Amino acid sequence: MSREKPKSFQSLILTLHDYWSRQGCVILQPHDVEVGAGTLHPATVLRALGPKAWNAAYVQPSRRPGDGRYGENPNRLQHYYQYQVILKPNPENMQDLYLGSLEAIGLDLRTHDIRFVEDDWENPTVGAWGLGWEVWCDGMEVSQYTYFQQVGGLDVSPVAGELTYGLERLAMYVFGVDNVYDLPFNDPDAPLGATTYGDVFLENERQQSEANFHGYDVAVLKQQFEQMEEQVPLMLARSYQDKALVLPAYDMVLKASHLFNLMNARGAIAVAERASYIGRIRDLCKMCASAWVEQQEAA
Amino acid sequence: MPQLLLELFSEEIPARMQAQAAKDLERMAREHLAAAGFLPEALKTFAGPRRLTLVAEGLPLAQADRKEELKGPRVGAPPQAMEGFLRKAGLTQDKLVERDGVYMAFIEKKGRPTAEIIAEMVEAIVRGFPWPKSMIWGTKKLRWVRPLKRILCVLDREVVPFSIEGIESGDVTEGHRFMGEAKPFVAKDFDEYVAGLEKHFVVLDVEERKQRILEGCKTLCFARHLELVEDQGLLDEVAGLAEWPTPVLGDMDPAFLSLPPEVIRTSMRTHQKYFAVRKAGEEGLAPHFITIANIQAADGGAVIAAGNAKVLSSRLSDARFFWDEDVKVGFEPWLEKLNGVTFHAKLGTMAQRVERIVALAGEIAPLVGADVEKTKEAARLAKADLASQMVGEFPELQGVMGGYYARTFGLDGEIADAVRDHYKPQGPSDAVPTAPVSVAVALADKLDTLVGFFAIDEKPTGSKDPYALRRAALGVIRIILENGLRVSLAKFGKEDLIAFFADRLKVTLRDQGKRHDLVDAVFALGDDDLARIVARVEALDGFLKTDDGKNLLAGYKRASNILKAEEKKGALPVGAPAEPAADSAAEVGLYNALRLLDKPLKEALAKEDFTGAMTQLAELRGPVDAYLDGVFVNEPEHRDNRLRTLAAVRDAMGQVADFALIAG
Repeated sequence: MSREKPKSFQSLILTLHDYWSRQGCVILQPHDVEVGAGTLHPATVLRALGPKAWNAAYVQPSRRPGDGRYGENPNRLQHYYQYQVILKPNPENMQDLYLGSLEAIGLDLRTHDIRFVEDDWENPTVGAWGLGWEVWCDGMEVSQYTYFQQVGGLDVSPVAGELTYGLERLAMYVFGVDNVYDLPFNDPDAPLGATTYGDVFLENERQQSEANFHGYDVAVLKQQFEQMEEQVPLMLARSYQDKALVLPAYDMVLKASHLFNLMNARGAIAVAERASYIGRIRDLCKMCASAWVEQQEAA
Repeated sequence: MPQLLLELFSEEIPARMQAQAAKDLERMAREHLAAAGFLPEALKTFAGPRRLTLVAEGLPLAQADRKEELKGPRVGAPPQAMEGFLRKAGLTQDKLVERDGVYMAFIEKKGRPTAEIIAEMVEAIVRGFPWPKSMIWGTKKLRWVRPLKRILCVLDREVVPFSIEGIESGDVTEGHRFMGEAKPFVAKDFDEYVAGLEKHFVVLDVEERKQRILEGCKTLCFARHLELVEDQGLLDEVAGLAEWPTPVLGDMDPAFLSLPPEVIRTSMRTHQKYFAVRKAGEEGLAPHFITIANIQAADGGAVIAAGNAKVLSSRLSDARFFWDEDVKVGFEPWLEKLNGVTFHAKLGTMAQRVERIVALAGEIAPLVGADVEKTKEAARLAKADLASQMVGEFPELQGVMGGYYARTFGLDGEIADAVRDHYKPQGPSDAVPTAPVSVAVALADKLDTLVGFFAIDEKPTGSKDPYALRRAALGVIRIILENGLRVSLAKFGKEDLIAFFADRLKVTLRDQGKRHDLVDAVFALGDDDLARIVARVEALDGFLKTDDGKNLLAGYKRASNILKAEEKKGALPVGAPAEPAADSAAEVGLYNALRLLDKPLKEALAKEDFTGAMTQLAELRGPVDAYLDGVFVNEPEHRDNRLRTLAAVRDAMGQVADFALIAG
């Protein structure tokens, strides 16, 4: 594995994988259900809970249906990547480890201005909150750094530290690119030819934006949401080898959450209804979190 | 005398919490030291991005020895009582002394070493620190604002040994994260500590950091013929974000200057924490910014300036996008959107609120000399910008953006100004609108808020005022008074709201040094014209500072006490007093004074010449004094007429204020 400065979007990811792998993280692949944020991967939301140690890093596509701009905005996407690291319990030197990862991707900490600016993170749909910072590099937010205090309404103990890098934005900064679609996806000098981020994703942004804003049938989305909502407690009531089926139930929560995001993008959710939908998803998530912790503590 | 140095070194403390943390640390340390009998000669605390520091001078190395006297049981008391006492005193019975039939114990208490007390103090401070929000981390149970990494604690150059949840005290700290050696160093006293920090690129004192920022900014500006747009709130914040604050000047694409300066400044301040600059001696902004970096970069800040410029450029591109999109839309579609925006569940939508404000502004317009149609139009448009993208992004630009958009769309200047200014005044230092149309809409906006929330019983209680109704009421008061407007508040609200205004007015007048009882005395007349109330209070205040005023008030109180006492015996006689017998000089004097007073007093009041009215009242002072001193009211054959006379005094004075409510 080369430890040179990354030159492309994919080598940025490989560098982070290499770095966190060397620290002892398991390097996972994305979860295969649509999520609105990398945090929602069960490797973070569920593994943050319970008494067991857990160190992992992975890339997760984030789906934000409302942020689609038909590929016309240079830095807004309805599908983009987050790099997630979860360290439980958070090691004493977590800040140093984080700063080491910035150096690994080529940021000289004596030339750039790195700042930890207060940012208290919360995600009401999964009943989670933590304290931490936005990390700024020369005035740009390059990461979120959070010490989880609660997830699914339950205390996180021992505490899990979470890092989220917005990969496209970080890459644009490191490579000095102003338009996300111009990012080199692979090495620009690659013998088999250069590919840009736009080559990979521009058409996807166009089609998905149209689907998000006009394509999905609101009545169908609503029906699917309600079905998922009904299924979660039923799935939790089933068990295998005396364990409630938490993991499949949690996947259904994620699906419900994504359906909500789609309805929201379609403008189908009135302001007054929003809070109630979020509360419904949170309740489902709490059921899963409690069942998960029970299993972890029993094990 | 020995010195104590304490440093609590942690990961980055939120800037907004630092100043209070320094105060809390000082207060808690003083309390603990005082409880142990220590009074340091000097005690100072500091707060910065990664550390809270305390230095106390002049502590002894141990507490003084103390003798305690303990009173025990009586001689011959049951043995259980004696046993209990001996246990408590830690003595045997032969050490007790008998005094006046009671056993006494004399205990010598050795003073404890100061280090022990400090160790307990630090633990208590760390475990009980009142952070607004705190957290746990790793496997620890300790709470701190962010993970606590080190505790430096030295007394008289010696480490005070203790350990809190695995964090051992020591004499080592760290300097800047990135600059210098970035290695821990030893500090055994405050001088070594400050020098060490300086050497490791940390400015300890927040005031010095601010100074460094301002001076750095001025130097950068001077070289480019620029001026810093000062911003105290921003300065306070950035001084809490950097240990080695280093201003860096960056460039902005001048094309962005076509955006309103408020937009540029708000974007710079809220998103990026940058200072804006202007050309020396000119209005408007210059195409540059200053960011306060935490390092003095090897390349002189070129990379930092370029990086920040890029971020600002994308922020301002967003702002320009919002502007461009907004001017394509315009007021009517925004107003349409307000139908879907809830103002408050019980007070309907924003669109309904707009309708109410339009109606109210239309009523107010003639009272303030504003054109009714223009006022109603301005009121109709005032809230439209809430649906604009720019205000969605920067809520603090509400009104300001509406004003800009109104001008861009070619609307009448008075209307545009009213849209812009109708939220004013937003705080005690904010100016009140003065243009008639603006005044009418600003009043209607606030009155609608007040009337609405009072109607659904959402009045402020104690420190809770979630809808900022106090600020709204104060705004109404200031607009009325500072514009010299004559309006009757009763037109707009019920009794509870009028009482709320009275209360706010009292606070305002008290802040100006006026007595609140005078406000009560004037409010009791049932007047709801703020300008007239204030004029009365001012005249009354002046009058009561004169000898005549003080004495007349005393006379009034005597007269009304007599009336009250007599009233208990039965209804008081009614009607005007009859002319008294000519041989009673005091009675004739007061009778004539009252008769002569009547017309000029009424005239002065009609002209709202309250100082003149007070001067008229002053004429009563001599006759009232003479009457009360020389006339016996309860003489049966004269009682009724004399009571009528006193009632006449009370009534005459009552036209000016309810003197019964005045203290003194």
